[in-house]
Amino acid sequence: MTDASMQSPETRRHAVSLTASDARTKKRAAAEKRFRAYGIIAIATGLFFLIVLFTSILSQGIPAFQRTVVSVEFTLSADQRDEAEGTMFKTKAYSNLFIAELNEQLAESGITVDFDQDAIERLLGKIGGTIRTFYADNPGKLGEPIMFDLAASSRVDGYFKGRVSRDTLQDSRFLQLSDLDLVDALKEAGIIKQAFNWPFITGADSGVDNPGGAGIGASVVGSFFMMLVVLCLSLPIGVAASIYLEEFAPQNKFTDLIEVNISNLAAVPSIVFGILGLAVFIQFMHLPQSAPLVGGLVLTLMTLPTIIISTRASLKAVPPSIRDAALGVGASKMQAVFHHVLPLAAPGILTGTIIGLAQALGETAPLLLIGMVGFVARGYPDGFLAGFTEPNSAMPAQIYTWAARADVGFYEKAWGGIIILLMFLLTMNIIAIILRRRFERRW
Amino acid sequence: MPIIWLFLIVIAISAMGYVLGRSRALRSAGGDIRNLHSLPTFYGANVALKAVIPTFGLLIVWLLLQPLYVNSHVSGMVPDTSIKEGSSRSLVMAEVRRTANGLNNAVTQGLLSEAEAANPNADNAEIAQLLKEAGQVVTSDITQPVLLAAQKHRVMNATGYSIMSVVIILVALAGVVISWWQTHSEYRARNVVEQGVRVLLLAAASIAVLTTIGIVLSLVFNTWEFFKLYPASDFFFGTTWAPSFSGRGGASDLGIIPLLWGTFYISLVALLVAVPIGLFAAIYLSEYASPRVRSFAKPLLEVLAGIPTIVYGLFALLTVGPLLLSVFGDDGLGWMKAGTAVMTAGLVMGIMLIPFVSSLSDDIINAVPQAMRDGSYGLGATQSETIRQVVLPAALPGIVGAILLAASRAIGETMIVVLGAGAAARLDLNPFEAMTTVTAKIVSQLTGDADFASPEALVAFALGMTLFILTLGLNVFALYIVRKYREQYE
Repeated sequence: MTDASMQSPETRRHAVSLTASDARTKKRAAAEKRFRAYGIIAIATGLFFLIVLFTSILSQGIPAFQRTVVSVEFTLSADQRDEAEGTMFKTKAYSNLFIAELNEQLAESGITVDFDQDAIERLLGKIGGTIRTFYADNPGKLGEPIMFDLAASSRVDGYFKGRVSRDTLQDSRFLQLSDLDLVDALKEAGIIKQAFNWPFITGADSGVDNPGGAGIGASVVGSFFMMLVVLCLSLPIGVAASIYLEEFAPQNKFTDLIEVNISNLAAVPSIVFGILGLAVFIQFMHLPQSAPLVGGLVLTLMTLPTIIISTRASLKAVPPSIRDAALGVGASKMQAVFHHVLPLAAPGILTGTIIGLAQALGETAPLLLIGMVGFVARGYPDGFLAGFTEPNSAMPAQIYTWAARADVGFYEKAWGGIIILLMFLLTMNIIAIILRRRFERRW
Repeated sequence: MPIIWLFLIVIAISAMGYVLGRSRALRSAGGDIRNLHSLPTFYGANVALKAVIPTFGLLIVWLLLQPLYVNSHVSGMVPDTSIKEGSSRSLVMAEVRRTANGLNNAVTQGLLSEAEAANPNADNAEIAQLLKEAGQVVTSDITQPVLLAAQKHRVMNATGYSIMSVVIILVALAGVVISWWQTHSEYRARNVVEQGVRVLLLAAASIAVLTTIGIVLSLVFNTWEFFKLYPASDFFFGTTWAPSFSGRGGASDLGIIPLLWGTFYISLVALLVAVPIGLFAAIYLSEYASPRVRSFAKPLLEVLAGIPTIVYGLFALLTVGPLLLSVFGDDGLGWMKAGTAVMTAGLVMGIMLIPFVSSLSDDIINAVPQAMRDGSYGLGATQSETIRQVVLPAALPGIVGAILLAASRAIGETMIVVLGAGAAARLDLNPFEAMTTVTAKIVSQLTGDADFASPEALVAFALGMTLFILTLGLNVFALYIVRKYREQYE
């Protein structure tokens, strides 16, 4: 009985050809294929997310680099100015002169359109004041033709970029349907057009009701001062700490304590560093709120573990024979480290530092707590030293501020800000990669 | 910036000391370097270091202690009767400091003369007006005791800083003179300098410990303050989160449970996205992918880890939220009311964590010895069977560690939830509802105009403490697991 039952499967197996696969083999092969497909799907999903992320950044951020301007060549004679200055409503007189000029230019292009001063104000804001200040500052330009590039209001800008359309527009004090006819006429005459948005890159933040005038320049300066603080503190401290731990630290409890602390600090959520900054630097030491100095100090503490870990790795990569050789010709341990090991490890240290700085540049959460968000950075700091202590914003904080505002016009600015931030990060990472490629040495 | 000047003066003194020390050593050796114990630069460095190190140590200590000393002195000048109902001494002291700053600004701008600024009988309203002109924000009208205290504060600080400048320069000079006097050809300058540098290196390494101490102290101290105002049991076991800022009146409910629930729910969604994708990506990259595929897919995935979280936050708020709303909102399935929800934040956070899970798991899978795979193939297993039944079980502890590390990242993540998860604290199972997290509430409680003495602001420190302990615990546990696993095959 047992013999028979043992024999029967064996004979059956021999009956099957080895070249044709049986059901079980097919099943296993299918499982293999499926498993492989899961892996491909996972990677494809990850890359798909990456593509979606970048397309949404680019598609929504690039319009921020375009602005809509009305450029009108305008000449003001000294007589006209004196006449306007003599009237009761001075700015109104200027804006009437401007409208007359605009009408003339439209007539030249053979376009007729009705508009009043209110319409112009809705399109361009208070131009009378702009013109008056210009001539008050530059009296020498009187009588010369001057090209005025006036920024159109954010809703007109939106009309050009497809954010505002004729079908959905409702008359309001900001924009009326009839104004769009005027805009179309101006466009036909080539007076209103899209131009590169330099003020976005160089300008400072605007108030909550003027998304068109908001720029990221001031917060780039704020970020720059913060990074300066981070670089000046975290590089020397980080390198010194790594040298101690890697080359000099004795095996004892205190060294263990430092090591455990560094690895734990690397994993502490960034918001906790913000709490530390708030409690220690602002509550306890009374350093100024919203100052790049405080932001830089907090980010230094955050970046230190990253820099220490990468510096230690590059010190470790220097072979012991270098140290032995230096000691052998009579150098002290300190001289061996500072004269031979450190220069050899420098490219690696630099790469790690740049990557740490890039991380710090994009960090937002701790900046929220030290007051870099509520602050509207309306201008540049007064001087180099004031740049550290005067309240300012930073790039990621500025982006958050824009994202948190109600006006949809600011969202475009936030995406545009992200493009600029990512360009900085990209540059830093490329520099790090080039340094690594150029100086990497395998022992 | 007088401190900058002081700094530069000390640097100049030590530079001078360097030159003096070096030349004295050379002179005592008769100009022959072979008669010196150390290289001449060490003698210079010895003098310079002895000028700089004690000076800067003293400077830091002085700058930390002087405000404390002045505050405690001036604080005694404000009588209890002048502290208004609902206010506190610390608030009055903040006002005093603001007024003192304003007086300083007014004097430097020339709006006030030195004598006027120190005049105890000055008209309060007039001073307040002047300070506003000088650009100082003065919240309430200045009262007589506040003005007096501010004047005292100003004078004490000014005297303190002048004494400090003198002392600092004297200490620096003393350092130069003493070490210069010690310098002679037999002096073991190199040993001394190297010892000093070693101490500096140790000090730099200790900053990590100081940071941890700073975090723990600032959290513990403020949490303690909070628990004096608000019972700890209500905080840990309360199921409603409804802070009311003092303007609206009424007591606040500050229960942490809805916030913890939101945190765990969002982290769970994030891990459900990140772990399968990350793990399968890691398996494919380490076991199947050709070197070419690996060399471009791995860095591309890691780009996701290098993107700042504010970008993900904006992505959640403006892209993913509206997208989900169009599918699950009222126009679609009707489950979702607004773009900010657990699902939005969780999904985006999951995307952020993919490279985290994949690169950690990749390392761990690569660490499994090839012999184990070869054994399995030898028995006739297919590649996927080998992975499922041999490689993954062997790598499991490490992978669990990686997932725990990712979880701790998810719990501590701030920007994505601040922008993507909404602000309502609720206990709900529907992942399409807005919920909020511990980190988002820390931000909202500390960025308002609330004063630091109210329980509504102090609760943020208790939340921070909870978060710190939670993430620290997860990390320590995860690192323990990973380390233990690594030793297995080494």
